[in-house]
Amino acid sequence: MLPKKITLNLFSIILLIALMLSACAPAATPAVNSGDVPETGDTIVIGVYEPMTGSQAAGGQQTMQGVNLAYEQKGTVLGRPIKMVLVDNRSDKAESATAMTRLIEYEKAVAIVGSYGSSNSMAGGEVSEAAGIPVMGCSPTNPLVTEGKQFYFRACFIDPFQGRVMAKYAFEKDIKKIAIIKNISQDYSVGLAAFFRTSWKELTGSEDGIVADVNYQDGDQDFTAQLGAIKDAEAIYAPGYFGDAALLMKQAREMGFKGLFMGSDAWEAPELISIGGSAAEGAVFSSHYSAEAATTAASKPFVDAFTAKYNETPSAMAALGYDAYMLVVDAIERANSADPKAIRDAMAATKDYQGVTGSITINETGDAVKDAVVLEVKDGMFKYLSTVKP
Amino acid sequence: MKISRNTLLTLGALIIFAGFLYVAQNMFNTYILRIINLCAIYSIFAITFNLIYGYTGQFSLGHAGFAAVGAYVAALLTMSAQQKEANFFLTPIVPALATMQWPFLFAIIAAGLLAALVGSLIAWPALRLRGDYLAIATLGFSEIIRVLLVNMQPVTNGALGLKGIPPYTNLFWSWGCVVITLFVIKRLTNTSYGRALRAIRDDEVAAEALGVQLARHKLMAFAVSAFFVGVAGALMANLISTIDPKVFLFFLTYQIVGITVMGGMGSLTGSTIAACLYTIFLEVLRPIESPFTIGNLHVPGVPGMRMVLFSILLLIVILFYRHGLMGTREFSWDRLFEFFRGKKKASPLTNSEGEQE
Amino acid sequence: MTFDQFIQNLANGISLGSLYALIAIGYTMVYGILRLINFAHGDIVMLGAYVAFYGVVMFMLPWWVAFPLAIILTAGIGVIIERAAYRPLRSFPRINLFTSAVAVSFLLENLGNVIFGGRPKAFERPAFMDIALQIGEASVLSYTPIIIVTAAILFAILIYIVNRTKVGMAMRALSKDIETTGLMGINTDRIIMFSFMLGSALAAAGGILWAIKFPQINPLMGVMPGLKAFIAAVLGGIGNITGAMLGGFLLGVVEIMIVAFFPDLSGYRDAFAYVILILLLLFRPTGIMGEVQAEKV
Repeated sequence: MLPKKITLNLFSIILLIALMLSACAPAATPAVNSGDVPETGDTIVIGVYEPMTGSQAAGGQQTMQGVNLAYEQKGTVLGRPIKMVLVDNRSDKAESATAMTRLIEYEKAVAIVGSYGSSNSMAGGEVSEAAGIPVMGCSPTNPLVTEGKQFYFRACFIDPFQGRVMAKYAFEKDIKKIAIIKNISQDYSVGLAAFFRTSWKELTGSEDGIVADVNYQDGDQDFTAQLGAIKDAEAIYAPGYFGDAALLMKQAREMGFKGLFMGSDAWEAPELISIGGSAAEGAVFSSHYSAEAATTAASKPFVDAFTAKYNETPSAMAALGYDAYMLVVDAIERANSADPKAIRDAMAATKDYQGVTGSITINETGDAVKDAVVLEVKDGMFKYLSTVKP
Repeated sequence: MKISRNTLLTLGALIIFAGFLYVAQNMFNTYILRIINLCAIYSIFAITFNLIYGYTGQFSLGHAGFAAVGAYVAALLTMSAQQKEANFFLTPIVPALATMQWPFLFAIIAAGLLAALVGSLIAWPALRLRGDYLAIATLGFSEIIRVLLVNMQPVTNGALGLKGIPPYTNLFWSWGCVVITLFVIKRLTNTSYGRALRAIRDDEVAAEALGVQLARHKLMAFAVSAFFVGVAGALMANLISTIDPKVFLFFLTYQIVGITVMGGMGSLTGSTIAACLYTIFLEVLRPIESPFTIGNLHVPGVPGMRMVLFSILLLIVILFYRHGLMGTREFSWDRLFEFFRGKKKASPLTNSEGEQE
Repeated sequence: MTFDQFIQNLANGISLGSLYALIAIGYTMVYGILRLINFAHGDIVMLGAYVAFYGVVMFMLPWWVAFPLAIILTAGIGVIIERAAYRPLRSFPRINLFTSAVAVSFLLENLGNVIFGGRPKAFERPAFMDIALQIGEASVLSYTPIIIVTAAILFAILIYIVNRTKVGMAMRALSKDIETTGLMGINTDRIIMFSFMLGSALAAAGGILWAIKFPQINPLMGVMPGLKAFIAAVLGGIGNITGAMLGGFLLGVVEIMIVAFFPDLSGYRDAFAYVILILLLLFRPTGIMGEVQAEKV
């Protein structure tokens, strides 16, 4: 090859880089206009960042079912059309932060919904905080997500409460021997297991009832070795995602485990039953709402509309996605403005909002305070058992 | 040796570059800045991979592990005591680290040094293993590091991750580190060390027979490479402000290998360019996923299409630019002048090897 | 640990190990011939499971039609990948091939995510695989012995092909020296294609059996098994078919047994495989069977 060609190559590449950089920033103007309201014509832009690809794609895709339904039902606010923009964060922290800046700087979003996965949310939260754009998290339950953040809120309850709900359930059922099996590489799972343990200690005065505490990791599908060690427990508490949980229940029953399975809100997905099959029967878990018990007036219409649109029962993630979007719209309405600061104040002041997943009040740390329900798998359906107050 | 024209030109270019960075840092919005910062971090990753593989011929897949070490060291050294207390709400942090807070520069250096230490540890089996066996062993080391991070809650906060890391990384830090990395590695490869490394790459047995100390040179390549990967890890932690073990899955290493091959094995310039292209392309492809209309045809946005298209593009580059974008060639002023003068000399088929010999 | 528990863990370990072994063989065959670490192999496993899934669910095929059909189709996909992404790079440095494999792997995963959706799907086991068998105190479902027996049959077929047929002989020759084999009048392209077909078919079989054992499939399901199988292949001495089998069984049993004996270490489970690997490589840098050249394909 001739040197000339190479140099030409080099030049064209550098030119290309420059072009591309300018392409992703038609608004590469000085960023001093952050004070005024970012208005794009008449539309109001609500950004959504979710993991649509990568290891957490399942959760992101479930969440988007709910968000899309909400967008269909509520496409205008303050008489102006809403433009919802979804950016994929690839289940990746660095990309979550980039996605968030894109929503803020390029799409000019006034408020943002997301993200599934606390890890992604924490990365996005640093950016939104600096830019002063309010975010409504749908399902990140790690307490660190809103800790110290003025602009990050969430529609879900946090891990400490949920851990207590199931500890209380086990205590009331008079269960004496509980084994915990958690996904040690998921903050969600680690957090819930720890809070379950703490609550159990508060209730019974000791940790003796927890006979075992074993771990697995992301991507593990074989739990037989762990289960062999905890087979004699009366109940297994397995806070984790529905896919893992379904496999775990199946394997435990195959190995002859007779006790009770207890879990958390990430279990609420149709796949828990379709994968778990008969092994999932009788499993009990904490979650946000039940169509049966009609947590609020909004629950039933949501379930009906969702089933009509997708031909399946909504998962907890979908319901939270729906609520998060609606909470943002509600905040814009109450703020009566598309100014991010005003929306933030309205969000923080949310009180007794009648969401699908319950009556939501945002507390001083930015977390939703609401009831939890305990659900049971019965005849291939999620049945309502009881409601637990915060 | 007098100061040559090229040195002057390089200095001039650096000053212009610094000026550009200054303007960029103050003028561009955070979105663009973030992309440019990420370009720099991936550049360092690719350049260092090039040192281990492109120059020394050691197929090491340990980059994610080195980066993890660097990122965690820098994060723990720069976070404030209050942040640490808030982060470690499940398992308290080990007291020794609780109140430690260093300036960013020292944190970066410490991150690099610790990563270099780990790199030397990993180089130790490299002295016995060859080729693909080395690849899998180093990949294994990197995964072991990640599993340790997940399990060592009192030090790393486990899966909960760390947040509130001060966002010190800006264009000067990130691109400054790129320039230093380029400078050091370029200098290294131009000395007798570099020639020894290339001898090892081309034929280990012959190199040893000619008196090249394999152990010492491999160890050095790993340590230097790991040092800068650690630095890049530190920059990354202080850019995204939050890290957890999942950031450092082997997927990260694969990306780095891909970038380096795209740039051209043995070309540091190529690594830098490919890293920028890679990072920017991921963003440029975003509009693919939003709904658009061509004539009467309304195409709904398909989430996930971006990554499909990206994989296809990656494959095309690999299949059709088989020597990478730059081959083994480096940018040089001489070639630039020739280009402008339109001269076609027969001799300077300047690839990086040719230049020094 | 009681004896019954031990038996139960052993059965689980062997059935997991036989899956690792099936997948590892594909790695090892390709490596033996092309010196390529085919990182897309794990995703072929995923494809096999999905094709079988859609055969049963969408086209209502009975399992005994759907499964072999899935294996054939996946083998075809393996051949296409070889032709499109690996053959053009054969004369280039091996890192190019490796990167190409990584890109193919990205592509398959992302395509899977768009086409199949990222949410896991339930894979229905055929009814006769769900019968509980009681061995003393331990209980095992009938799919466990079925997986082990199926894997054993496939191993036997493969060993027959490699050792007793002309194609097998050509494959063995190829692994020694591609160029010379070509000079002997053997169509090397076709033999390489055949090995990819064979490797992909085994991966598909492994994927289907995997989905039977762990009846939940998703686009990333092949990543972990792929990586573990690769470790198994290296443990056995990469390029060596018997070694890959041995490595697979060893890894499966050891993984289960360590967690079973030391539940407190369960959080480190994924690291075990690597620790074993690194230790073994340090003392025997070519794997368990690495030096035995006889069966190298």
